[in-house]
Amino acid sequence: MNWYGIAAIWQFEMGRFFRSILQSIVSPVVSTALYFVVFGAAIGSRMPEIESVDYGAFIVPGLIMLTVLQQSVQNAGFGIYFPKFIGTIYEVLSAPISSLEIVIGYVGAAATKSILIGLIILVTSLFFVEFSIVHPVLMLAFLVLTAVSFSLLGFILGIWARNFEQLNLVPLLIVTPLVFLGGSFYSVSMLPPFWQNVSLLNPVLYLVSGFRWSFFGTADVPIVASLAAIFVFAGLCLGIVWWIFRTGYRLKP
Amino acid sequence: MFAALVRYPVPSIVKVEDLHKTYDNGLEALKGVTLDIEEGEILALLGPNGAGKTTLISTICGITVPTSGRISVGGHDVQSEWRAARKLIGLVPQEINLEPFEFVQSTLRFSRGLFGKPRNDALVDDVLKDLALHDRRGSKTSELSGGMRRRVLIAKALAHEPRVLFLDEPTAGVDVELRRDMWALVGRLREDGVTIILTTHYIEEAEAIADRVGVINSGELLLVEEKSALMQRLGRKEIRIELTQPVEAIPDALADYDLVRAEDGRSLTYAYKATGERTGITRLLTAVQAAGLTLSDIQTRQSSLEDIFVRLVREEAE
Repeated sequence: MNWYGIAAIWQFEMGRFFRSILQSIVSPVVSTALYFVVFGAAIGSRMPEIESVDYGAFIVPGLIMLTVLQQSVQNAGFGIYFPKFIGTIYEVLSAPISSLEIVIGYVGAAATKSILIGLIILVTSLFFVEFSIVHPVLMLAFLVLTAVSFSLLGFILGIWARNFEQLNLVPLLIVTPLVFLGGSFYSVSMLPPFWQNVSLLNPVLYLVSGFRWSFFGTADVPIVASLAAIFVFAGLCLGIVWWIFRTGYRLKP
Repeated sequence: MFAALVRYPVPSIVKVEDLHKTYDNGLEALKGVTLDIEEGEILALLGPNGAGKTTLISTICGITVPTSGRISVGGHDVQSEWRAARKLIGLVPQEINLEPFEFVQSTLRFSRGLFGKPRNDALVDDVLKDLALHDRRGSKTSELSGGMRRRVLIAKALAHEPRVLFLDEPTAGVDVELRRDMWALVGRLREDGVTIILTTHYIEEAEAIADRVGVINSGELLLVEEKSALMQRLGRKEIRIELTQPVEAIPDALADYDLVRAEDGRSLTYAYKATGERTGITRLLTAVQAAGLTLSDIQTRQSSLEDIFVRLVREEAE
């Protein structure tokens, strides 16, 4: 294994994050605060408890997931798209570093960033609502698994994208709606039966539900289903990444 | 001829055997290139734009996938032992591709790490000093001039101590002074034992620094030869005889020499092979005198690599 190579990519990508530290940290904190003001205070005060959880606390896991998913896809997508766009990718492709090591470097860095941001939001939300975490270890495991699998998705997106528009379109048109419709801000049991069934097709529902279970011990879908969903999703992304490097798809002429 | 016998066999550090590359769009960029590059030499690959120079380099470096053929670097096959092969290679691409917001020093550290080498700030500093970039190590690459950015690319390639350095058009669009600096750098690298392969379409560049010259056109390697041998074999010499009195026509007595009369009739030019044992110069000069012409001056000129190159590429086209 070329550990120095992995470390070099990871550090380089983290450097990008820390160069814009203000933007990296301030913007999730501000948007979290806004969500709490709007959903927590304004709307939440008129909402009953959901499964004996105060509404303000109920949206915390969904809010973290929303940001972690968006950040993972965005960071990993940009991380590999930008070198492709400006041409510096030649160096990575000609280096004695395997595709697996390249993925560990880029996806690892993107996942690290979004996990950090997720934890920042978690800490921020403690200023607005009171809650405790029932399964902290599983909560972290869910956070890491989600960040890694959606960073893989972002990596695929970054390789596939031919321009910035395509790069931004997927998170905007696919990821964000899936998160909003995945029960981030409500329990699917609040939906009419038809929409409940439709929601079950949304992979993000399983992530949010599992993540919320690690906080409060209640979930929309069984925890086993959530775990299965995340592993299937990660496996699928890994398979596509493996295929990309095997064929050189949009990387090597 | 004797020199060829005395030369010791030098192990080749890069071996390319019957390399073909056809791109997905059907463009046949390489049509069976075979090439041995000796350790420690400077090889210039000369060819017009679109000849396949960059494709050849990219394929050796692993950026482009070959359609068929074999390549080894330092005895390692670039496909089956890619890790060992690539560790030996440094690549300086034609386009100046740099992360705009990154600092000079950290881009070098990145390159070194990427090639599996532990951090070594002293070495990175040395490379930066050698390329006159040390003062700018804390600058963002976007703040540097074009010449400096190109040097950063070279520094990145050198940061992982390659044995073979590929320079793809290192002086394209570079002013004369920078070009001379670049040539001096290449000379220093060779002294350190680095094998250098550079592509260029400036013939003077090959002439100035290369040990051997390969001519590539339309995906085929037309020849690879020692620069001096090539110039000698294909080089022609010309002797220009300037006259005190212009001549209306070439005198009959000189008809055998294929002379070319200048338009103003003030000079006659005679071409001969530099390698020929009998150049015929003495006979010619005697004949000139016998014809009653008086010389005011004599000039000789050796045809340059450029003339040779143009001739080769033209012959290929015909």
